[in-house]
Amino acid sequence: MKDDRYEIRFGGSGGQGIILAAVILAEAAAVYDGKKVCQTQSYGPEARGGKSKAEVVISDHEIDYPKVIQMDLFLAMNQVALDAYFFDFKPNGLLLVDSTFVEQMPTSRVIAIPFTRIAREKFDRELVANVVALGAVGHFCPAVSIEGLEKTVLKKVPAKTRDMNSQAFLAGVEAAQSFDLSRLPRSVISDEEREV
Amino acid sequence: MIAEITRIRHKYLRHDKKFPHVWCPGCGIGIVLGSLIRAIDGLGLAKNDLVLASGIGCSGRLPAYVDFNTLHTTHGRALTFSTGIKLANPSLNVLTVMGDGDATAIGGNHFIHAARRNLNLTAIIINNQIYGMTGGQYSPTTPYGSNSTTSPYGHIEHAFSIADLAVTSGASYVARGTVYHVPALDKLISRGIEKEGFSVIEIMTNCHTQYGRRNEMSDPVTMMKWFKDHAVTTTRAKKMSPEELKGKFSIGVLTDIDKPSYTEEYQKIRDRAKGREVKS
Amino acid sequence: MARDQNGKTRLLQGNEAMVEGALAAGCRFFAGYPITPASEIAELMSVRLPMVDGTFIQMEDEIASMGVIVGASLAGVKSLTATSGPGFSLMQENLGFACVTEVPCVVINVMRGGASTGLPTSPAQGDVMQARWGSHGTHPIIVLSVSSVHDCFEITVHAFNLSEKYRIPVVILSDEVVAHTREAIVLPDRKKLEVVERIKPSMPPEWYQPYEDNSRGVPPMASFGDGYRHHVTGLVHDAHGHSTQRPEEIDAFQRRLFRKITNGFYEIQMTKSMLMEDAEVAVIAYGSVSRSALRGIRMARKKGVKAGLLHLVTLFPFPKMAVSGVLRQCRAVLVPEMNLGQISREVKRVNTSSKVEKINRIDGQLITPEEICERLREM
Repeated sequence: MKDDRYEIRFGGSGGQGIILAAVILAEAAAVYDGKKVCQTQSYGPEARGGKSKAEVVISDHEIDYPKVIQMDLFLAMNQVALDAYFFDFKPNGLLLVDSTFVEQMPTSRVIAIPFTRIAREKFDRELVANVVALGAVGHFCPAVSIEGLEKTVLKKVPAKTRDMNSQAFLAGVEAAQSFDLSRLPRSVISDEEREV
Repeated sequence: MIAEITRIRHKYLRHDKKFPHVWCPGCGIGIVLGSLIRAIDGLGLAKNDLVLASGIGCSGRLPAYVDFNTLHTTHGRALTFSTGIKLANPSLNVLTVMGDGDATAIGGNHFIHAARRNLNLTAIIINNQIYGMTGGQYSPTTPYGSNSTTSPYGHIEHAFSIADLAVTSGASYVARGTVYHVPALDKLISRGIEKEGFSVIEIMTNCHTQYGRRNEMSDPVTMMKWFKDHAVTTTRAKKMSPEELKGKFSIGVLTDIDKPSYTEEYQKIRDRAKGREVKS
Repeated sequence: MARDQNGKTRLLQGNEAMVEGALAAGCRFFAGYPITPASEIAELMSVRLPMVDGTFIQMEDEIASMGVIVGASLAGVKSLTATSGPGFSLMQENLGFACVTEVPCVVINVMRGGASTGLPTSPAQGDVMQARWGSHGTHPIIVLSVSSVHDCFEITVHAFNLSEKYRIPVVILSDEVVAHTREAIVLPDRKKLEVVERIKPSMPPEWYQPYEDNSRGVPPMASFGDGYRHHVTGLVHDAHGHSTQRPEEIDAFQRRLFRKITNGFYEIQMTKSMLMEDAEVAVIAYGSVSRSALRGIRMARKKGVKAGLLHLVTLFPFPKMAVSGVLRQCRAVLVPEMNLGQISREVKRVNTSSKVEKINRIDGQLITPEEICERLREM
């Protein structure tokens, strides 16, 4: 069986909406794209603050291990979460950071976008930073369709905030479009040498 | 008169059960059972629709002798089982018999929350001020200074008033009676069963074997006399000073209030839930 | 997978899928007390049950919750409670009552880390033996485990069916990983689901003996209010339900409780074999660890190790037939668990001559595929 797992991790602090972002991504992949998904999270006792992570594994086949083994994509919304959850980053993976809060990058395969600053400046609401980030994730993630992701965002948010969230999502997509993935440095380890 | 009472009892006793019962000769629980049967008969309740549940202890054995849907549960938990039965089938009349240790020590939490919740249940608490079946250890209602097998040098804890506990916990109907004042007890139980909402009838009952014997009242008659001398009706108690009331206890209806019962309230929840389902 | 009316794919958490499974199985009563990581089950039940004329109640503690669901079942309604370790400890008393009075009900225990208050938001599998032996005295019980969102739906339906059929409480052991993992699921059409109801007495009330033995060992069960007016007690009882001190009645009663489970053994024992055809070494696992195991086995196979998986769904009665087959086939067996070895001992009891190895984690972390793969390569 071909192994087509695509593994995404979201890291941030409680209250940044990263679990919701992971749930939206998983639901879009499952409901709109017909993929198998597993969405998990780990969290401490705090409802707000502290560091938390959420993960999504997407595949065309039944998923055995539900958590991330090696990340294809890591969205880090702050430095603490990036430092804590970077360890199982895949060679040639993609690190996406919120440059509002992240200064030190542990890899050169990184794309930095100030999600929170965009949310604050364009929408006067830091709360929608997760949706801006989802727009960027949707742009870079080959395992989910951007249309399905946008529809799922709009389904999951309160009705009266739909317009703002729709624009926030587009702002994320636009910010991502200015980057060219093929220009990122490649890992020196070839696929043949790499143990899977 | 006696013949009539015997006839009513036999209408409700289970004849496939191996009599004699487990209680000591002269035990007050038999009087409570008689009173309960007369109250049920007087109200004309159908045997098939009546559930009688109990916990553990001498009182716990009571349901086995009568021909209803009967349930002998775990220690202190009878009210939780009764809660499940009543919620699952509100058309059943659910009566719960408990002892003092059963209802207010190990089952104290269930008791106050059942009163607060105000589900339409009737709790009959046989208060003999001692753990009888296990051999006379002190209970939450054992009076200060008295003797038990676990307070051989005198009891230093203060007793609960079960009825007062029920009132402050929110029961709709609370009454206290004794096994000496039997005609009054029949009426108190009957009113409690009829009451919509949680009702409590505390019954002062003699355990001469375990309590009386260690506290200079070793026969049922002495204990009955003690109930007679120390019980004051609620109407009379109102006219008495705190000094006069010292060492006495009141009998009669202590509270009788109307508030919506849990089953009525839950039906509203169902209606709301279905409305929401239709809308979305 | 069968499609529901809309054929709609939904993203559900394990806990949510358990609610769907319970409702599909005909559960109309839930009582519980808040506890992490099981609270979502209570919350969702409080929304859904009143919509279908069911009843939800939050009780003062888990002792009460267990008493209430036994009461509701005695009145004829399929009932459920859900909790985690600390609450499961409190439920043992009335769970034992349900075993001895043969009252069907389902108890979900979402296992969390550690003893005592432990690790409320981390997974573990430390309650396996408690699920089997947590209540005092000699008694039978059925214990099932779940490993995915789909399991959470399907095994919950099975749990109610077994509970009704054999008049026995069924414990479902979930864990924090399964409970909070969201997966895509298409709920099957309810009309196509097998739903089992307890057998009620058909004889006239005067002939009814509520605990009379029969060929199945499962007497028909009248509900309170059905007109049968029987007695139910936690004391050891005779066929009429009345307490007994006669050794021959006591022995017959206690043995019947076990016989009814033994009679249904082949139906109750549920296991799944994967990649076992040519396996020389095997992993025996349950719960979320079985998924790490499957991954670990696939990784090991890429490295030339012929490994297979026996995934235990039923934990008790212990599926010894299936385990014994694996032990005969393989030169060594690995039992990874998030405890210090509870099922591994049961495996050893089946056959002491084969090599049984263990991986044990008690740090609140799921055992990883790498750990299992590495060990399989050494075996």
